Amino acid sequence: MVTLEKRPSPSRFWSAATPVVAVALTMLAGGVMFALLGKNPAEAIRTIFWDPLFGEFAWYLRGQLLVKAGPLILIAIGLSLGFRAGIWNIGAEGQYIMGAIFGASVGLAVFPTDNRLIFPAMIIAGAFGGWLWGMIPAILKTRFNTNEILVSLMLVYVAEKILSKAALGFLRNPEGAGFPGSRNFNSYPAAANPELIAGTGMHWGVVMAFIAVIFAYILLQRHILGFQIKLAGQAPRAARFHGVNPQRMVVLCLGISGACAGLAGVFEVTGPAGQISIDFNVGYGFTAIIVAFLGRLNPVGILLAGLLMALTYIGGEMASTNLGLPAAAIQAFQGMLLFFLLAVDVMTNYRIRLFTKGAA
Amino acid sequence: MTATDRPPLLAVQGVTKAYPGVVANADVSFSVGAGEIHALLGENGAGKSTLVKMIYGLVKPDSGTMTLRGAAYAPSEPRAARASGVAMVFQHFSLFEALDVAENVALGMENPPPMRELAGRIRQVSQDYGLPLDPGRKVGDLSAGERQRVEIVRCLLQDPKLLIMDEPTSVLTPQEVEILFKTLRQLASEGTAILYISHKLEEIRSLCDAATILRRGRVVATCTPRDKTAREMAEMMVGAVLSPPERGARRDWPATAPALQVTNLSAASPIPFGTSLKSISFSVGRGQVLGIAGVAGNGQDELMLALSGELRTAPGMVQSFGVALGAKGPNTRRRAGFVAAPEDRLGHAAAPDMSLVENALLTGAIRKGLTRNGFIDWAATRDFAERVIKAYDVRTPGSGVAARALSGGNLQKFVIGRELSQSPDVILINQPTWGVDASAAAAIRQAILDRAADGAAVVVISQDLDELLEIADSFAVLNGGRLSVPRPVQGLTIDEIGLMMGGAHGMEVAHGHA
Repeated sequence: MVTLEKRPSPSRFWSAATPVVAVALTMLAGGVMFALLGKNPAEAIRTIFWDPLFGEFAWYLRGQLLVKAGPLILIAIGLSLGFRAGIWNIGAEGQYIMGAIFGASVGLAVFPTDNRLIFPAMIIAGAFGGWLWGMIPAILKTRFNTNEILVSLMLVYVAEKILSKAALGFLRNPEGAGFPGSRNFNSYPAAANPELIAGTGMHWGVVMAFIAVIFAYILLQRHILGFQIKLAGQAPRAARFHGVNPQRMVVLCLGISGACAGLAGVFEVTGPAGQISIDFNVGYGFTAIIVAFLGRLNPVGILLAGLLMALTYIGGEMASTNLGLPAAAIQAFQGMLLFFLLAVDVMTNYRIRLFTKGAA
Repeated sequence: MTATDRPPLLAVQGVTKAYPGVVANADVSFSVGAGEIHALLGENGAGKSTLVKMIYGLVKPDSGTMTLRGAAYAPSEPRAARASGVAMVFQHFSLFEALDVAENVALGMENPPPMRELAGRIRQVSQDYGLPLDPGRKVGDLSAGERQRVEIVRCLLQDPKLLIMDEPTSVLTPQEVEILFKTLRQLASEGTAILYISHKLEEIRSLCDAATILRRGRVVATCTPRDKTAREMAEMMVGAVLSPPERGARRDWPATAPALQVTNLSAASPIPFGTSLKSISFSVGRGQVLGIAGVAGNGQDELMLALSGELRTAPGMVQSFGVALGAKGPNTRRRAGFVAAPEDRLGHAAAPDMSLVENALLTGAIRKGLTRNGFIDWAATRDFAERVIKAYDVRTPGSGVAARALSGGNLQKFVIGRELSQSPDVILINQPTWGVDASAAAAIRQAILDRAADGAAVVVISQDLDELLEIADSFAVLNGGRLSVPRPVQGLTIDEIGLMMGGAHGMEVAHGHA
């Protein structure tokens, strides 16, 4: 018989080894799945993990890595603070959309003025938009004790409707011959978020993501607020005893994660995406949840997990075009990563004991 | 009669049980005769609980044998133990508050009879053994003593040959203890053996025929309790000579407003099924210790929350040196000189998965100046944690260990030490020596009195009357959310205290139905 026995203290070894073991198991199980689909598993795994970095088109794809990882990391850092405190913002996708809409609206409102303050103003507006969208579940939770998981998730669909309205209506490019979508910021330099070093994919949003990693690291390691966030998540009663106001914590965490998602949105719309369009959001806000957990809610871990997740995105696209793997198989592959992560994570706090029958 | 005169009902021979890192029982042997009340005596962590868990089939011994009524006895689970005639009443009850007494009893039975018949049998048994109990009442409405009766009656319905009782009197008023003892004596006279776990020595002297004393998992002595003084038994238990706490010289403090003044404190309980506080008033001056007694669940937790600042009230309800603090949170009160140690150490007073260093920061941040502009000085925090560990003899591999890895007693020492090391003006402690061994308990009481001698006002909430009478200057009882008028401890008798505590809860009601 197999039983799980709680460890006296969390295992440091397993805490560090969990992501590595989870990735390895994902490769194994994914390989089996690819083989069942009639593809060469080794080739598929190589296409996903190796080719984007060292293959034929690596010169282009390496840059794409940061483009995809930037928003994932920025959003995941914000989410991780709330997750640490036991506040579950599942609606980063909506906050990301609202950040993009708010930021884009500011830029488009002053088009075609040229002023160096326009871009910073758009960034602030983007953060505000995300924050505002995060405040709705926060206030409903603190005032009416609603569940932030449900409210934040449902607000994603509201945000998507507003996005369609923006792309088709109030933000539509007046010179776009009636096609949906806003003006393209790449042709409006005062509001654009260009690639900073050619070929690297590095733009201001990626810089912001790195700053967020450092900021979160210092917050969690050195600052009393970081301590309170961890305390509120691990032992809510001890947190109240310490003097943490749980309501304030909800507002703070949903606000930070909303603002981070909003920032990611505005950097995306002014840079890689270029414009507000109906299909502007591609699921960064949801994938960031996986990134946050894959990185063990640790800022440095999230940095690495964001890069890994971006790799599976890019590699997955390559695999589907080159090898004809269905897109659903790639999504299943990414899902396996979270599945194995959570499964292996049990080892951090528990150890497996084998008993001969009757001895238990 | 001594234990050897009777045919042994249960004999335990050379039983050993080891857990990772600790030997809970090493080569333990003892026997209990039919009709004997046998005490298992020892400090917390001495191995009493593990031993009875083996007898009750919850834990399997690594080696050693047991015989019950002459036959080999190795229960694989509690059901097997019950089938062999062994029953156990746990320290913590396992009852459903929303169900009535008979339903709760039925849930614990292998083959419960129809409810009507069961109710009749419950009445019968409770009458036979002087344990008044109405089978139709909701358990949620019962006092702790009545809930224990439910557990006992549930055991008695199975007609046990051996009844194990784990710390049964910790939740009872003195009058309820008397009722329980009568029942146990009657059971013993009918031939039931009783294994009685306790560390309350006077009770054991008055009740038990024989005692086996455990220390660090080994049997260190057996004795006839009546022939020993409580102190002799305590010293066998601890293996050292104990001295009562000493009071520092009483000093006269300059006349100021009281260090802690509580006026008409009323508050609804934030805890589900909790007890609301009803116009509580008292004041404690510098150097004074107020002891608050009462059976658990009478508002102790709520009073603690209201004093520590977790539960906020009108500003004037809690004052310190004339400053109104009732509406302030825990941190403002800490700045004003308050320290607090709530009853529940793991999860409330300490975060289970955090290290002792982080747990030192939990309450020490303000008074020990462990943060600068919000940034944590981890070196100073570690230093503070390690000083507490050293000064209060906390047994731990290091300050980086998670709080939940510590035994209850050691965590208790850490929590109390953390609070008392902050040069406080007002000390609030709920159950100061819960779970710690006798020598550590003595050290904690001494430390509390030392802080009082330094000028702190102390409020100690405890269910241990002996403890309160030992350290408190004045004494009050919390009952149903109301506090009795504090009285000086000098000249107070145990009987008077028992009456202050409300006597035996619910006696009359239960008799009326029976």
